[in-house]
Amino acid sequence: MKKDILKHELVPDHVILSESEVSKVLKKIEAHPEQLPKIKTDDPVVKSIGAEEGDILEITRKSATAGKFVTYRRVHD
Amino acid sequence: MTGILKKISQINFGLMSPDDIRSMSVTKIVTPDTYDEDGYPIENGLMDPRLGVIDPSLKCSTCGTKGGECQGHFGNINLARPVIHVGFADTIHKILRSTCNTCGRILLTDSEIFDYQNKFKTLIKNEESLTKIIKDVYTVARRDKCPHCEEEQEDVKIDKPVSIVEGNYKLTPSEVRERLEIITDSDSVILGVNAEKAKDGTQVARPEWMILTVLPVPPVTVRPSITLETGERSEDDLTHKLVDILRINQRLKENMEAGAPQLIVEDLWELLQYHVTTYFDNEASGVPPARHRSGRPLKTLAQRLKGKEGRFRSNLSGKRVNFSARTVISPDPNISINEVGVPEIIATEVTVPIKVTEWNLEELKGYIMNGSEVHPGANYVIRPDGRKIRIYDEIKETVAENLEKNYLEKGELGYVVERHLKDGDVVLFNRQPSLHRMSMMAHEVRVLPYKTFRLNLCVCPPYNADFDGDEMNMHVFQTEESRAEAKSLMRVQEHILSPRFGGPIIGGIHDHISGAYLLTRKSAIFNEDQVFQVLRKSKLPLPDRTGKTWTGKQIFSKVLPDDMNMVYRAEVCRKCDECTERSCKNDAYVVIEDGELLSGVIDEKAYGAFSGKILDHIVKEYGTDQAREFLDASTKLAVSGIMKAGFTTSTNDEEIPQEAKEDIEAYLYEAEERVDKLVAAYDNNELEPLPGRSLEETLEMKIMQVLGEARDKSGEIAESYFDINENNAVIMALTGARGSMLNLTQITACVGQQSVRGGRIDRGYSERTLPHFQKRELGAKARGFVHSSYKKGLDPIEFFFHAMGGREGLVDTAIRTAQSGYMQRRLVNALQDLSVNAEGKVTDNRGVVIQTLYGEDGVDPAKSDYGKVVDLDKLVDEMRIKSGK
Repeated sequence: MKKDILKHELVPDHVILSESEVSKVLKKIEAHPEQLPKIKTDDPVVKSIGAEEGDILEITRKSATAGKFVTYRRVHD
Repeated sequence: MTGILKKISQINFGLMSPDDIRSMSVTKIVTPDTYDEDGYPIENGLMDPRLGVIDPSLKCSTCGTKGGECQGHFGNINLARPVIHVGFADTIHKILRSTCNTCGRILLTDSEIFDYQNKFKTLIKNEESLTKIIKDVYTVARRDKCPHCEEEQEDVKIDKPVSIVEGNYKLTPSEVRERLEIITDSDSVILGVNAEKAKDGTQVARPEWMILTVLPVPPVTVRPSITLETGERSEDDLTHKLVDILRINQRLKENMEAGAPQLIVEDLWELLQYHVTTYFDNEASGVPPARHRSGRPLKTLAQRLKGKEGRFRSNLSGKRVNFSARTVISPDPNISINEVGVPEIIATEVTVPIKVTEWNLEELKGYIMNGSEVHPGANYVIRPDGRKIRIYDEIKETVAENLEKNYLEKGELGYVVERHLKDGDVVLFNRQPSLHRMSMMAHEVRVLPYKTFRLNLCVCPPYNADFDGDEMNMHVFQTEESRAEAKSLMRVQEHILSPRFGGPIIGGIHDHISGAYLLTRKSAIFNEDQVFQVLRKSKLPLPDRTGKTWTGKQIFSKVLPDDMNMVYRAEVCRKCDECTERSCKNDAYVVIEDGELLSGVIDEKAYGAFSGKILDHIVKEYGTDQAREFLDASTKLAVSGIMKAGFTTSTNDEEIPQEAKEDIEAYLYEAEERVDKLVAAYDNNELEPLPGRSLEETLEMKIMQVLGEARDKSGEIAESYFDINENNAVIMALTGARGSMLNLTQITACVGQQSVRGGRIDRGYSERTLPHFQKRELGAKARGFVHSSYKKGLDPIEFFFHAMGGREGLVDTAIRTAQSGYMQRRLVNALQDLSVNAEGKVTDNRGVVIQTLYGEDGVDPAKSDYGKVVDLDKLVDEMRIKSGK
């Protein structure tokens, strides 16, 4: 039986950003794509949403301090 | 100073080849002696003048610079036979184990080699660590047969620290070296040795370079000899060790040349290996440490670097500094929290450099004329050419005259006078362990007589200081920039709120709290004379005389800001089921309206360290200046308040009437009987186990519960006889000044169950705690229940159990500090280079993003309201009062 991991409570939302969104985000946080935190291509979530190396993911997770928190990761080999 | 910015693209860590060692060496070292009879260094000896000079009057014969400037030059010793370098023994073993004993190829198939080479390439490209994959290679490359030459492989073992054994045969270093030599460059890379040839044919490392054939000899500057008062020369430990190496090397060479039997040569070889091993690391496991004549183990190369006293932690991460002072601390309730009392002797020793200007020339001249002995004096004048002139009584007049003449007449700029520390100077004050930023704060100097640093009692909590002999350090800022920065960022008043929880960490303690309570409780009425005395002592403005009596609450209102409104429940609040608010019988409902304390008492919740609500409110609403003024004034008020009433405590405060004692006795007796009944029920198998527990666990839990209740109930009986209005110990416990109600009831009623490892005591003799009991006895007394009170005294059995519990507590604290200290060290090492930018982005020093918004909500906890951005309930309460209900 295979479960859809994306529906699990502990798995935050991962969204692949389009090119225009990426440049907007990078401008906002003033960072190179290289300077973003990484996520492996063999990460289960990356595999199941079909992201590829070089993609930037927007991750929205629950936060104890802020309620909701948005962060970014670069898919990396 | 501007320079060219260059980015380091790569750092190579490699091994030194024998050729490298020889080419950097200025001389061969042959003679094991250091100096001849006349005290001159011997040529080709360990103190050869070409290795550099220390004496500043001599010139180095290699580089021509004077002693002190010459950093020294290496020599070398040609070893008669190769030896293994201890630091690399492990690596050598791993490499030998992973390579063929005949053809020297790595024990991997060609396809595996290809795979690993590719993995290496991607890892290097991504700038990732290679250690993991190299470890992987070492585990995979263990085969019984070489995939290249089909040769059977024998198991290679390491016999710590430096013996390499194949099967039953111990390989000599020469044989090991031969094997390492035939490993190809490309195989070496996969094994973790960067043997790749650069374009110019140079190599960073080769496996065989881990075997020493020639030993570099460090210059004399690294191992200076010291001359004792007797004129005797004492050599450095490293020199001693090098002498040993040279002696054995010499003997080995002679024996080999004379054709001595194999056995003797091998013995000497082994000895040479021992000396070279201990020369590098005298604490290597498996070798007895080399000792000095006196029996002290020698401090060789590894010992110089390693550990807390090593070069890294003691000389590079931390250094001894000038312009600092250390002495015992003692309290002074009369100085501000921002101040520190500095003894005059210290103030005349540490100095502040002041640039001479037109406007301070006269003042500085005055300091110089006072000399270096009299307090507001000066110790040095630094001339524009950089020369430092010490001020003595004999020359102080000429120094002052010259300064004035050169400055005014010749117009020479750039004079600096190092004057004594004086009132108002900003200094850094610190108490170890410096666990948080409040352990180092900037204080203003108050030069005081006697020999201790004086500090205000309110700053004890952040420093975690007391006055049982604690010492603290003081550092004097030497530049305007550092002074300005410290004054705006590090001053005590800027640290009243802790970044840990967004509440005050500096505040009233002990007597401040009892004093404020005595001053503000309902029964406190003062006549006008008393009020004026108290206000005067607290340096508060005196009101016009009216002839009426004052309540303590009115007096305390004098230190509150005029427009302050707030409501909260004081520490003395008993948390009744229904709150009667302003008509609270404990006077615990505090209401402040327009800066008037209308109801409630002032206690720990008001301005105590860690929990002061009023203090917290003032810092956040009125700023740190007002908060400092409030703290200074209110603590002085409390101290004069406590002095008006008088305050003392003794065991009389823990006295209860005979009937209460009997009640407690009866209750405890009954509880112990209940325990016996539980045990009986257990013995008769009538006990029902709780869900998820065994029968034994159920019994333990129930007994613990009964005994816990017994102690609490006995405490309650005792408490009912304690009256806060006539018992100072109770005042201290309830207001939060010192001690707790539990402390008091343990003294009065019953100490209660002692525990070891979180449960009742069950260790000692076989199946019983002490031989006074039956085996497997489970009663209250047999398992460490202390029925007596501290005041009544413990019987020997109780005393023993009490000591067991007490010892565990002591051991736990000792272990906890060590453990949390190491945890903190690792955490600090991991976080030290992170920074938060103006937008709240957290990055490391390369600009790599750690967190896009600090703490995910961007809140600085030190500027927050107990960790939250804003406390709405508080605001609403405040507004309700302001609008009049």
